[in-house]
Amino acid sequence: MGVMIDREQRMAGEATGTVIEVRGLNLWYGDVQALHDICMSIPKNRVTAIIGPSGCGKSTFIKTLNRMVELSPLVRTTGEILYDGRDIFNKSWNVEELRTKIGMVFQKPNPFPKSIYENVAYGPRIHGIRKKAILDDIVERSLRAAALWDEVKDRLKENAYGLSGGQQQRLCIARTLAIEPDVILMDEPTSALDPISTLKIEAMIGELKKEYTIVIVTHNMQQAARISDRTAFFLNGYIEEYDDTITLFSMPKSEKTEDYISGRFG
Amino acid sequence: MERQETAPSGRRIRLRLGLNRAAKGLFFLSAVFALVVLAVLIIQILVQSAGWIDWPFLTGKLSLDPERAGILGAIVGTFGLMLVVAPVTMVLGVSTALYLEEYAKPGRFRSFIQTNISNLAGVPSVIFGLLGLTVFGRALGLGSSMLAGGLTMSLLVLPIVVVSSQEAIRAVPAYLREASYGMGATKWQTIRRVVLPASLPGIMTGFILSLSRAIGETAPLVVLGIPVLLMPIPDSLLDDFTALPIQIYYWTLDAVLVKEYANLAAATIVVLLVLLFVLNAAAILIRNTFQKRY
Repeated sequence: MGVMIDREQRMAGEATGTVIEVRGLNLWYGDVQALHDICMSIPKNRVTAIIGPSGCGKSTFIKTLNRMVELSPLVRTTGEILYDGRDIFNKSWNVEELRTKIGMVFQKPNPFPKSIYENVAYGPRIHGIRKKAILDDIVERSLRAAALWDEVKDRLKENAYGLSGGQQQRLCIARTLAIEPDVILMDEPTSALDPISTLKIEAMIGELKKEYTIVIVTHNMQQAARISDRTAFFLNGYIEEYDDTITLFSMPKSEKTEDYISGRFG
Repeated sequence: MERQETAPSGRRIRLRLGLNRAAKGLFFLSAVFALVVLAVLIIQILVQSAGWIDWPFLTGKLSLDPERAGILGAIVGTFGLMLVVAPVTMVLGVSTALYLEEYAKPGRFRSFIQTNISNLAGVPSVIFGLLGLTVFGRALGLGSSMLAGGLTMSLLVLPIVVVSSQEAIRAVPAYLREASYGMGATKWQTIRRVVLPASLPGIMTGFILSLSRAIGETAPLVVLGIPVLLMPIPDSLLDDFTALPIQIYYWTLDAVLVKEYANLAAATIVVLLVLLFVLNAAAILIRNTFQKRY
């Protein structure tokens, strides 16, 4: 197959708890059904990759996990998504609280037109943290975890727009880390970046999964093979196959999976 | 494949190029015409006002004697108007814009409000004078005070503030809001911390332009009953007042009786123009300073 898989990923086959359980999720944009009967368990402290051709529903799916998909009009869902044992769609979950626990990094870096410091401090501030000492500490810790601290520590007050694309994306990751989520959703986080920034972020993801659970949508199969423990292959709004990354890439159970990963379509 | 004889002849080319040049010339002349009109206006005003604008004129009180007349009262009145119009339009205008852009669901109700606000912008200013007279002047008993005048003018320029604020708010990119919601911010937090700061330059520009419109309008003040000749300088917002446009109006009317009134009117026009110029320059400055944000 030509994809490299490392020893760590082989060990990822060991079971950890499930942090998000998706049961029978269907989603419609108006009259068009975008997701069909999705069932999936997202394991804790692992990287779960979602791959598939354009339009297969992978972005829609990941945005449903923190209910960001509801920002689009005319979205309707049936089915359950259990986080922390409770269905995120019913009243037991406050959507703002949910999004604090399940954070998101977007495809195009989207820092606020504020200083680097204020970008990272945004999350803590909206949750009521005001003391400068605490904010300073959170900002530094988050920027370190996002492998950005050394590059920006002397210019925290500068506007975030002065950073390069790769730096901006790492800033967005730091911003998400500052609210201390459990799960980090990443929607094609490196597709707009150069190869070096991509590698830096992939290395960071490898470190982050020790403390967080990562779900990453990627249209780059090699990336999925490089960094993930479990991979889900989406096709036309269905899950075609969901397995350990090693298995899916070396011995796929479905013929369509094999066709996709060997480049016959998509 | 056969080749058609479309190779242009010399005559056809000359015709096309000639038309091209004619069009350019025509449009250029139109632009120049507008400039010429403006130049004539300004030159005439400057000539007529020459020598009449001096410190006593700007700080003196009104007098029937043109040599001693000053426009301090009118200046105070105009500023008093601005003092009322500014907070009212800012608060009402931005709140309305925020509601329409951030809270209202697309549908009949929202379209209804939107259409009505846009239509208000086209209502003749005299009608606003009638509205002000009925509601503020009579019903609320504010008479022809600066408060009544200011409130009337606020309604007049409100559509401008609403529409320009709406556009400024709409121009804030969706991905910035997404970033905020993605971190668990509420709608109001997102508005207060992301949307408003980002749209403030646009809102300020619209606000300043509406302010300059408000102090230049005469018709509503006339209907409201603002006196054309007022001696005492107003002390409070509830006092009677006069404003620069009204002053210009009065002196222009009576210029047939007292020739010097024409000069006084011209001088007042210059003062008003300078004020409007400063306001507009401020609006442009703000817009340019903040334009490079994204």
